[in-house]
Amino acid sequence: MAEHNHHHEHGVHEIAPPQTKAIWRTFYILAAITGLEFLIAFTLHAGPLKTAIFVGLTIVKAIYIVGEFMHLKHEVKSLIWSILLPCMFVVWLLVALMIEGGSIFLSR
Amino acid sequence: MAATVTTESTEMFDKKAWMGGVEPMRVSYGKLMMWFFLISDTFTFSALLVTYGLIRFSFPAYDPAIHGVFQFSHVYWPIPEQVYSSLPFLHGVNAPLIFVGIMTFVLIFSSVTMVLAVEAGHRMDQPTVEKYMLWTILGGFTFLGCQAWEWTHFIHGTDQGTVVKEIVGGEWVQRTIFGANLTENQYGPPAFADLFFFITGFHGTHVFSGVILNILIFYRTATGLYARRGHYEMVEKVGLYWHFVDLVWVFVFTFFYLV
Repeated sequence: MAEHNHHHEHGVHEIAPPQTKAIWRTFYILAAITGLEFLIAFTLHAGPLKTAIFVGLTIVKAIYIVGEFMHLKHEVKSLIWSILLPCMFVVWLLVALMIEGGSIFLSR
Repeated sequence: MAATVTTESTEMFDKKAWMGGVEPMRVSYGKLMMWFFLISDTFTFSALLVTYGLIRFSFPAYDPAIHGVFQFSHVYWPIPEQVYSSLPFLHGVNAPLIFVGIMTFVLIFSSVTMVLAVEAGHRMDQPTVEKYMLWTILGGFTFLGCQAWEWTHFIHGTDQGTVVKEIVGGEWVQRTIFGANLTENQYGPPAFADLFFFITGFHGTHVFSGVILNILIFYRTATGLYARRGHYEMVEKVGLYWHFVDLVWVFVFTFFYLV
């Protein structure tokens, strides 16, 4: 309020200080998870455990991107669920068709 | 204020109605429609990745106990880190997944600059929005350039190529395949190359259209349209799309390159 005589180029409004702390925190988390994925890619042998870790870390990354960057975490509950529920059914389809692929392999 | 002021419009319209400036789910019309578009786009990408899962599981996996030392073969599905192991300007250097890792970081970083632009838009800070939109556009072009190089390398193949045996006219014929296209693939079964082209190509198309939208948003910011309009919601809406593209890459990266 005291700085009203300070005129910005456009002169219409005061520009509030940036609040980017949460954004950078999310970025550091995403970068750290990606780094961890690389570490696991070169140290662990291929197997169900490795796949499970990768899928888990991917979901964590997705939660941070959708929740923080796309702001879904701060929306109302009905919007969150109308986005999440259809995606959960996709996971079902994915698992079902991977099993289907496995039986195609066996019957070849 | 809100308790004391009762206008006619609040009595005429049901609060949950679309009309009268009420926002169902407390987001604007445009943002909700962007979410609907993104969920439909999610299904498209899911269909491609589900197809990848199905086809991959219908092929044998590489097993050192059965197949010995890994080499490119049509018999089993290739290990991604053996396929994507090259870097530009470093011919012959074996660098598994390094390049695709760089691409991942480029895209995540451009997502960060996008969200910084959105944040600046909330504060009506036009110069900062312009700055971060430019960084986002640069990140998008960098990613597209990386992908162009990766496709070129994938299509042209390795120096040695892969020798395949096939029956032509009742006789076994041997020949060497270099690189991959939609019918032939030196790295593994042809379906592997097909899925590579379709999935990364479809994602690349999304990145490209995202860059076009970002340029449009930058132009309209720079010419002061959003400042005159009084809000930067278009930056948010295009930002949603851009983050979605980043999100898809996170899944492609895991299911195509890591697992």
